[in-house]
Amino acid sequence: MIVADRKSLDEILAMVEGDKKILLVGCKGCVTVCNTGGLKEVEILASSMKIARKKAGKEIDIDTHVLERQCDREYVEQISETVNDYDAVISMACGVGPQFLSEAYKEQKFYPAVNTTFFGGATEHGVWEERCAGCGTCGIHNFGGLCPIARCAKSLLHGPCGGSSNGNCEINKDTECIWDSIVRKKMEQGQLEDLLGVKGAKSWKTARDGGPRRSIREELVQGNI
Amino acid sequence: MRLTYPAEVKIIQVPCTGRVDIIHLLNAMEDGADGVYVAGCLEGECHYIEGNLKAKRKVKYVKKILEELGIESERVEMYNLSSAQGARFAEIANEMVDQIRQLGPTPIKNSNAA
Repeated sequence: MIVADRKSLDEILAMVEGDKKILLVGCKGCVTVCNTGGLKEVEILASSMKIARKKAGKEIDIDTHVLERQCDREYVEQISETVNDYDAVISMACGVGPQFLSEAYKEQKFYPAVNTTFFGGATEHGVWEERCAGCGTCGIHNFGGLCPIARCAKSLLHGPCGGSSNGNCEINKDTECIWDSIVRKKMEQGQLEDLLGVKGAKSWKTARDGGPRRSIREELVQGNI
Repeated sequence: MRLTYPAEVKIIQVPCTGRVDIIHLLNAMEDGADGVYVAGCLEGECHYIEGNLKAKRKVKYVKKILEELGIESERVEMYNLSSAQGARFAEIANEMVDQIRQLGPTPIKNSNAA
């Protein structure tokens, strides 16, 4: 899933400082699963903002709404009747949400309440870790099922660097050296020789380096008969 | 025992402190409460295993939010006691009321509270 962290309250309050009537829009997708922008978090942010404004003796009127997903136009359309009744709209979805909203409602101002961080999963309750860099050409089978592009600080493809020490990466003692794990796993499986082959230079055209990406599923596109 | 505790304390009963959520504590503050405390069972003795420990984490989180808002985090507290400790219940109520009196009224103006 896409993982995000909420922006600080000060930053969010500063973005909508001059606005009185605000709509806070959550998302039931990834940000609900990573406990950043779902129903509970929307209510908590709304209450925190009301407390801050009341403390400062300033007026505020916040409504909340949680969409099924903010990355689908059919759900974004569900707020079409009320969206322009507000001075500003804050989205608690990942970076996709406020963009879909901005594209759908050109007259309204949309602000992001979260920082979208990575594609990952929960390793324990309350802890999420990066697992995928979205490079567009998955090759994890070449590395014992562990991705060195997302999980090695240097995205190395042929083994660990000199910064690998006792299984940890030099950037942080709490960050595992994924190449240490890859080599260990391959040794345990008795398949270490799989790593000996020289891999050609990776094409990054399918990653962000090739510009904004687009995925088309012909069988789903309406009018394609 | 016929113990008394301060009339300022309004009790809201829940089946387990695990039922208390962050938003409940925030709403109380937002509506003008000078302080809120959660009285849970003794640690390790929750009938639902860890309801009181979950409440403890939530109280800690609300304290963090209050600090971020520039409001004294001591306005929200977590206490642990058993249902057999009537004297301790009264003691905690007095302790919390004293703590809030020292802090003064809530800085959250225009509240709906009486």
